[in-house]
Amino acid sequence: MKMMPCPLNGLRNISEFVYGGEVTDMPDHTTCSDREWAEYVFYTDNQIQVVTEWWLHAPSSYWFIAERHTGSDEILRTYDPSERFTERVDFEQTEDNTTTGGGSGS
Amino acid sequence: MAFSLLKYGLRKDYPFAHKPDLPIAGELKSHYDVVIIGGGGHGVAIAYYLAKYHGITNVAVLEKGYLGGGNTARNTAVIRSNYLTSEGVRFYKASVNLFERLSNEFDFNIMYSQRGQLTLAHTDATVRAFRQRAEVNRHFGGRTELIDPPAIRELVPGLNMHPGHLPVLKGLWHRDGATARHDAVAWGYARGATQRGAELHQLTEVTDVLVDKGRAIGVDTNRGRVKCGCIVQAVAGHSSLLAAKAGFRMPIITYPLQAMVTQPVKPFLDPLVSSSALHCYVQQTSRGEIVFGGGSDPYPLYNSRSTLELKESLIASAVEMFPFMAKLRLMRQWAGITDMTADYSPIMGLSPVENYYLDAGWGTWGFKATPICGQTMAELVASGGKVPELIAPFAMDRFDSFRQVNEMGATAASH
Repeated sequence: MKMMPCPLNGLRNISEFVYGGEVTDMPDHTTCSDREWAEYVFYTDNQIQVVTEWWLHAPSSYWFIAERHTGSDEILRTYDPSERFTERVDFEQTEDNTTTGGGSGS
Repeated sequence: MAFSLLKYGLRKDYPFAHKPDLPIAGELKSHYDVVIIGGGGHGVAIAYYLAKYHGITNVAVLEKGYLGGGNTARNTAVIRSNYLTSEGVRFYKASVNLFERLSNEFDFNIMYSQRGQLTLAHTDATVRAFRQRAEVNRHFGGRTELIDPPAIRELVPGLNMHPGHLPVLKGLWHRDGATARHDAVAWGYARGATQRGAELHQLTEVTDVLVDKGRAIGVDTNRGRVKCGCIVQAVAGHSSLLAAKAGFRMPIITYPLQAMVTQPVKPFLDPLVSSSALHCYVQQTSRGEIVFGGGSDPYPLYNSRSTLELKESLIASAVEMFPFMAKLRLMRQWAGITDMTADYSPIMGLSPVENYYLDAGWGTWGFKATPICGQTMAELVASGGKVPELIAPFAMDRFDSFRQVNEMGATAASH
C-alpha cells in the first residue's frame, strides 16, 4: 500500500488518511464579492504540478500539510501546520454567525 | 448463382470494396469554422450533429491520442436517466431516447441493450430518496419504480440479499436502464461526421489556445497553427489543463476512477445492478464478462494507475453482492481520469472566453450523455452562442451565483 509520512505518527498506510483540499488563503467573507467567494470555494487550478494540501490522519485526528505531485502521486514533504501558520487566526464574531462560527484556527 | 459467385470472387475489390469507415485525414487546413478539441464520444458527436442538423462541415476534431481512446473506452457503459434533479432527469432522459435509435440512425450496431438497471436501497433514508427519484423520473416520462425484495429476487436470482450484512429493503427499478458498446458509439459518430465532411485528426495535440481581446481565434498544435471561428473543448479529465491554456480556471477537480472486468461466464445477470451503500455497480456484458466499478479515488490525481486497496475493496463489495464471483479471475483492470464538479452535474455552455464553448465536468456520468450532449452543444455552436434551454442549468457560472444542480443520483455521489 502507498505510505504517507505523517509528521506526528511517522510512515503510515495512505488509507488511514483523509484528503482535505488544497491550502489556499480564505478571502474576508465580510467584504469579498460573491464571485471572489465562489472562486475560493469552487474554482481550482487543478494542474499537473506540486500542490500543497491539507491531510488528516483520521485515527489521531491530526491535520497536517503535504506537498504532493498530482501527476506522479509522489509525496515530497509533509509538515506540521505551525510551520506555515505562525500566528493565531481569530475568526471575527458577527451577530449572525455567533451560533455557528467563532472557532479559532491553530 | 455459381457464376455470379465466381465473378464476385474474381473482382478486384474482393473480399470487399475498400471503402474505409473512417477516411484518413490529410494535412491540417489553416482555417476551420469550428475546432473541436477532444476526439472522444462527445467531440465526434458534436461534429456529427453540426453536420447533420446545421450543415456545418468545415469542422476539425483534434485528438491527441486516438479516436475514443480516453474515457470513452474506460467507462462501464451504463445508460440511465434515473437521476434526482429535474434538470438532470430531463437531460438524461433525452439522451436515453436518442440512444434507443442510434444503431438505426448510424446503420451501425452499437449493441444497445435495454436490460433495466436496479439500484439497491439498504436504509430507510435511501428508500425515501429512491421514492423521490422514482417520482421525478416518472414525471419526465422515464420508467422507474420501487420494487420489493421478492421482485428483486426474481429479477436477480444470484444476488445476496444481505450484502455486507446490509438488508436489501427496496430496489429502484429503472426499466430504461441500458448498456451499449462504448467504442462503437464513438465509431458510429465519427463515421457519420467524417462521411458528411468533418475531419478527424488523431495524434494532433493542442499545445496552446490563441485568444485575442477575449475571443478565441485558433489553436497551436504539434502539427502547426490552425485558425478557427470557434472552439469547443471536450477533453474530460483534462478540462482544467486546457482551460488554463485559454486563460481561465474551472470549478473542477480531477480524480481517477477505477474499474475492472472478470473472465467470461455463462449469462446469469440480465439487469445492471448497483448497491447504494457498497458503492459498487455490476453488469454482465453480452460476451459474458462481468464489469464492475465503484466510486472515485479518495484524492485528486492525474494518473491512470491502479491501486490495490481500491481494487480490493471493490472486489469485496462485488463478491458480497454476488458471492459466486469469488471463484472468478480478473481479466483486465484500469482507471480513467475524471473531471469532477462539486455538485456532480456537468459544465456545458459558454466560457469566460468568447467563441470558446465548454463540454466538461463529466466526472463519472459522461458516456450516457454522449448523444444529447452532442446534439445540444451542436445547437449552441451553430447558433453562435445561444444556450439551448435543456443545458442552461449546467452553465459554469452557476457556481458564481451559488445555483448548483445538486445531482446526488450520480454514481460517485453517496445516496
